[in-house]
Amino acid sequence: MKRLRALPVLLWLLGLALCAGVALRAHYTADMSAFLPRSPTPAQQLLVDQLTEGVLSRLLLVGIEGSTPAARAELSRGLAKRLEDGGLFLSVRNGDAAILARDRELLFTHRYLLSPSVSPERFTPAGLHAAISESIDLLASPMGMMLKGLLGRDPTGELVELIGSLDTSGSPASENGVWVSRDGQRAILMLQTRAAGSDTDAQALAIARIRSEFAALSSDAKLSDARMLVSGAAVFAVNSRAAIESEAVRLSTLGTTAVILLLLLIYRSFTAVFLGLLPVASGALAGIAAVALGFGNVHGLTIGFGTTLIGEAVDYSIYYFVQSDDEEDGGWMKRFWPTIRLGVLTSIFGFASLLFSGFPGLAQLGLYALSGVATAAIVTRFVLPHLAGERIVVRDLVPLGGALQRAMRSLSRLRWPALVLALAATAYLAGEHDRLWSSNLSVLSTTSRDDAAADQALRADLGTSDSRFMVVVNGADRETTLQAAERAGRALADLQTAGTIAGYDSPARFLPSRALQAARRASLPAADELRPRLQAALADSPLAASKLEGFIADVAATRQAPDVDRPDLDGTGLGLAVDALLLQRPGGWSAVLPLRLADDGQATAISAVRQALAGSGALTIDLKGELDTLYNDYLYEAVLLALAGFAAIVALLAATLRSPRRLAAVLLPLALAVLFVVAGLHLSGEHLHLLHLVGMLLIVAVGSNYALFFDRAGKLDNDTLASMGVANLTTAIGFGTLGLSQVPMLHAIGVTVGPGAVLALLLAAIFVPRETVA
Amino acid sequence: MKSALRLAACLLTLAAMPAFAAWDLPQLMTELARNQGGRALFTERKYIALLDKPVVSSGEMRYVAPDYLEKRTLTPRPEVMVLDKDEISLERGKQKITLRLREQPEVLAFVASIRGTLSGNRAALEQNYALHLSGQRDNWTLNLSPSNPRIAELVTRITISGSRQQVRGIEYLQADGDRSVMSIEPVDAP
Repeated sequence: MKRLRALPVLLWLLGLALCAGVALRAHYTADMSAFLPRSPTPAQQLLVDQLTEGVLSRLLLVGIEGSTPAARAELSRGLAKRLEDGGLFLSVRNGDAAILARDRELLFTHRYLLSPSVSPERFTPAGLHAAISESIDLLASPMGMMLKGLLGRDPTGELVELIGSLDTSGSPASENGVWVSRDGQRAILMLQTRAAGSDTDAQALAIARIRSEFAALSSDAKLSDARMLVSGAAVFAVNSRAAIESEAVRLSTLGTTAVILLLLLIYRSFTAVFLGLLPVASGALAGIAAVALGFGNVHGLTIGFGTTLIGEAVDYSIYYFVQSDDEEDGGWMKRFWPTIRLGVLTSIFGFASLLFSGFPGLAQLGLYALSGVATAAIVTRFVLPHLAGERIVVRDLVPLGGALQRAMRSLSRLRWPALVLALAATAYLAGEHDRLWSSNLSVLSTTSRDDAAADQALRADLGTSDSRFMVVVNGADRETTLQAAERAGRALADLQTAGTIAGYDSPARFLPSRALQAARRASLPAADELRPRLQAALADSPLAASKLEGFIADVAATRQAPDVDRPDLDGTGLGLAVDALLLQRPGGWSAVLPLRLADDGQATAISAVRQALAGSGALTIDLKGELDTLYNDYLYEAVLLALAGFAAIVALLAATLRSPRRLAAVLLPLALAVLFVVAGLHLSGEHLHLLHLVGMLLIVAVGSNYALFFDRAGKLDNDTLASMGVANLTTAIGFGTLGLSQVPMLHAIGVTVGPGAVLALLLAAIFVPRETVA
Repeated sequence: MKSALRLAACLLTLAAMPAFAAWDLPQLMTELARNQGGRALFTERKYIALLDKPVVSSGEMRYVAPDYLEKRTLTPRPEVMVLDKDEISLERGKQKITLRLREQPEVLAFVASIRGTLSGNRAALEQNYALHLSGQRDNWTLNLSPSNPRIAELVTRITISGSRQQVRGIEYLQADGDRSVMSIEPVDAP
């Protein structure tokens, strides 16, 4: 008999050890991944790639402020030099003229393979005449002055073509030889991390390195008045993770402490409090293990959400300790467990609907809460009685129950006022219907306002556009992808000529496909062919053909030269541009062609681009539009899931209660609680988003426990009523602490479910069938 | 009576003499500073070693004191260059380049040579150049020799000529021996 009794405890300990093992080895994240769709469309996949691996995810902007302009420039150069070593950064750019000179030199060396003007026609006498006349005319302009020295080798002006195709309008200002903000008050550096944006640990390391190098530099130079700003997607991710981590710890500590204090006050027994927390701890551990196994990683938000579990799961042990007080052995199991079991099941049904969300953050919360609540209930039912044995005597709560009984009698007088208030709330919400929901994913963002402001300032300084619109082409290998990019580029160039778009970039600009390079090479005439053609072209030109031997030699050299390949671009800005826009993915390659559009008429321009590229396999994408669509998909899905969860709970209750009247009595307080909470939140100025919606589902899932007690327990004795009061308080504490969170997702659930749970109990008491009241 | 006339003449001469004696840099600068602006036609010849003939361009200029200058080239290719306070922009065909002078000290020095002369701002000129004035009020020549070595790498001498408050010609002698000569013909009275 003794061994049999010990079996559940042994199983429990074994389970705990397993869960702890899984939890310890789990990978914890706090990045964007929680927000990215689990089964993305091609356009969303691109969004995901850009956000996790793309160049934007690796880009860090650094601003140096304070001190003097010369000191800032010196710090910028020093920082760039130190960061180039160590291998954390793919590139460090601060506008140093040396790099720009390298870019120019590279373009010049490979001009006949890179210039879009190179064609057989350009090297006919007529083509040469036109191109060279153009170059000579350009000498009249200040623009021509920098090219004067190159005229002998580049008389057709290919370098001018190439530099003209670079987007110079967006390049940052410079002063003292380094990039500065528009107002000149900040020196600017642009860094690209080696680690992908999704690798938050490596990004945190890179950011810490920047800060420590800057601190060392400025203290060496005794420039204590210089400050540094760092921004970029990785900074958001790292800061968000830190915020979420510290919140998870802070809120859990707060919630746990409050619950422990409350229980100590109620139980007056340390042993009881300790034992009462065992189911909670088991549930939390099981929840983390389940998420780690189910998703491969555990998001910080999920841990933060764990706080609520403390409040919710501790209820079961409260019921056990308080209600089993007067019962003979096993009486609690018979009298109360079925009700609690039904309550646990409704909670599980509610959480389970979240599992089907395409929004991983939500699905994790669902799995965590589901396994946590189930584990806590099972541990309470099967393990706690063995551990507690007969020794636990908690303080008699009959007086508290008595007080609650009296309160309940007066509460039932509030039926009509509650109904009237419900009508008012319904009318109010119906009137505000259009203003209830915010339709923007950014409401879920954990980026702090300061971070966002710093980022905006630095971006404006650099003149980097938000790269919102782009065309993407895919291919099996690099060559076919580049060819596809060139085809799309030709269509885009036509649109640019027509003035529909302001411009576009393409990786094929600096790394043309081999086919195109071969075609350009084939247009170059041999030296003994080029010479007479030049003679003919320059018959009446001020430029004598005899002065162009350098040109003839360069053309001849290019005829023999190998293709321009990616390694040729190493150490230049052009190489970075290519890497940023040409991505290798498991299934092949993608080329990204960012579009520049005028500020007005973007919709028309984009539809023109779509039309021009129709049937070519190229995708035209509006990143912001995709994000908004993504959020609206999530919201729409969350509505469906919440309704499905609600329907499942109703079906469960209907099947168990087998009485429409009892069902209505259980559901009415829940519906009213949701109604009041939504009206209250909107009144207080909260913008509702999908996590509030999830919170409403949780009100029903959690609040049903109280309504069920009123329904099932027959006449409520003082102990039961007292246990419900205490359980409700712990739930309110658990969710309420979440309401203090700065993380929007957690805050939303907290402010919805915390008041909702209390309201559910109050309303259940108000609408309790009269015969239940003692 | 005669002596009175003589005295008067003498006095007049005396009064006039400082004016002749003071035909110097401050005088020129004061006069130039009085020019509120106007329109002019220009012809520019660039003598480039590699070319057998100079490259000739022509067009119209407009100046509004003290810091707006527009150079509108009509031949051989249309081009507009606008210098407005701290910004210089160049528009040619579909291309448009805008530079902030603060960011480009060398360009600023060039710009200062013209703008400083047009507006009679001696201090601005002397920041980068040593000045030497010759000729008379109706036909003066102002030589600017770069004192800043970074400018001297590009240009050996800038020669500006004019009459009274009107600039008539600007000549750049570049460090590589190439030369550009611009003649300026006012269209209407300033």
